[in-house]
Amino acid sequence: MSQKSITAPHKGDLAIEAHGLVKVFGDNRAVDGVNLKVGTGTIYGVLGPNGAGKTTTIRMLATLLRPDAGSASIFGHDVVKEPQIVRQLIGVTGQYASVDESLSATENLVIFSRLLGLGRAEARRKAAELLEEFGLTEAAKRPLKHFSGGMRRRLDLAASLIAQPPLIFLDEPTTGLDPRTRNQMWDTIRRLVQSGSTVLLTTQYLEEADQLADRIAVIDHGRVVAEGTVDELKASVGTSSLQLRVQHPQDIEMARRTIEQVLKVQSSISAEASKITAPMGNADQVTDLLVALRDAGIPLAEMSVQKPTLDEVFLTITGHGAQEDTHLASSESNKVGGAKA
Amino acid sequence: MSALIKPGAERRLKNHSSLGQSVRNSLTMAYRGLLKIKRTPEQLFDVTFQPIIFTLMFTYIFGGAISGNVQNYLPVIIPGILVQTVITTSIVTGVQLREDMEKGVFDRFKSLPISRIAPLAGALLADTVRYTIATVLTFVMGYVMGYRPGGGIGYVAIAGLLVIACSWAISWIFAFFGVIARTASSVQGISMIVLFPLTFLSNAFVPVKTMPDWLQWFVNINPISHLVTAVRDLANTGTMGGDVIFSLVGAAVIVAIFAPITVRAYMRRT
Repeated sequence: MSQKSITAPHKGDLAIEAHGLVKVFGDNRAVDGVNLKVGTGTIYGVLGPNGAGKTTTIRMLATLLRPDAGSASIFGHDVVKEPQIVRQLIGVTGQYASVDESLSATENLVIFSRLLGLGRAEARRKAAELLEEFGLTEAAKRPLKHFSGGMRRRLDLAASLIAQPPLIFLDEPTTGLDPRTRNQMWDTIRRLVQSGSTVLLTTQYLEEADQLADRIAVIDHGRVVAEGTVDELKASVGTSSLQLRVQHPQDIEMARRTIEQVLKVQSSISAEASKITAPMGNADQVTDLLVALRDAGIPLAEMSVQKPTLDEVFLTITGHGAQEDTHLASSESNKVGGAKA
Repeated sequence: MSALIKPGAERRLKNHSSLGQSVRNSLTMAYRGLLKIKRTPEQLFDVTFQPIIFTLMFTYIFGGAISGNVQNYLPVIIPGILVQTVITTSIVTGVQLREDMEKGVFDRFKSLPISRIAPLAGALLADTVRYTIATVLTFVMGYVMGYRPGGGIGYVAIAGLLVIACSWAISWIFAFFGVIARTASSVQGISMIVLFPLTFLSNAFVPVKTMPDWLQWFVNINPISHLVTAVRDLANTGTMGGDVIFSLVGAAVIVAIFAPITVRAYMRRT
């Protein structure tokens, strides 16, 4: 292993390195100091709700948008100073299919191939090959107007792979897809990485990040609020999550103290009041908790133990929900310790 | 995906696209434009009907008043209407570019390692097909109405090419409006305000001598007048005067100014 030549890539090489990226639109700081380090040959997930700054971050890394501050490099090439080099190293698949609606699938791929320097015959062959691989051969000649959302996404991804770029950006690759199509997309992404690509994908779904990503950055209000492996992030939220609603709102503080004593964690009260959410390391603890609550004389309206959702990760890490922007959740809710970047 | 992807660190890359690459990329983008025209032939309505209707209208309305009869007016009006029609057509180029740029595919063009000018130059190049259609139809209408250009078919073709080349250059102005404007309809509006006075305050339809002195001054420096004169000389007498050179230099200046600022504005759009 130590005999590797200097130029040979190894897992430690960084595909993306970003320091303090900032993008301001009017008085909205869409991206507010994002730091990222993505190793070569990995799948990196950027997780966050709508409007968190995921797409803006990708657009800056992909040279589509000039950062207002900070710097970023792709395989060591600065995105602002050497944009044309960076463009030769990346493939970008946007949130909205970036293909030509009025042309057929083949025509789209042939044009992109020709633009990337392939000859006429070579471009035709490449287009046919990619269409075959993405199961679009039958629809190859039809105009895209008649394509389903899933077909469009696949064509879009196919178009990003023509030049076999070592780094691929996927902006919410499965948003709006049905479960079957989504699984196909996941398989495709996994195969990409097996062939040596690095993938940075954004998603709103913890499950997707869970399934695919080696490391995850949780992004909120334009900042990375937590970063780590999937396991680290999950551990910070607990392997499962307790949700509990009391019958009488006046009991809520009492219930909360009891929960924190028994589970030895911090809990938070969610927006719809009278609902308490707490991470749980061990589902068995629920018995102790129920006994303690009965002893304290607190009647429950509802109780469930679930796997952590993105909303919980958010609630735990940021102290507010992923979907709503309200800051009703407890301010002293559990902040991520170990997994924090 | 069977083949292993060459790692990013090992690739040898350069940060600028060569002139050859720019030309190749532009031609590919022009091919895309032609495919789009083929798919939506209805966008050729304007270049088909405008030459026919305008040529008929202007010739029969003004012919008697200006030249005594329609027959004598044809050598004056056909070059004039040709220039006016084809240049007006180039506004549509700006409008369509604006609409096109709102689609996701332009994001991909921006993220590809292609020459920055290609998506614009290609679109404008494809539109020369529209100018060619308008040019041919105007001459054909003239012929049908009895216009027999003295320069012969060869010089008529050169005149046509001159108009197409100049319109392509002028379309960069409208492409610039297209890139900076908020909506496609505002492109149309701004462009008409610029073009309407330019085409009418020229020698395209009436002899300059009939105008007041101050207007003659403007008409004589108006580049459109020079282009019209160049076309008349070529088509009617088969001569190539200074107006041809003036028109070509003017076209080159427009491209030299507007192509770079259009590409810059295009790159800054988010």
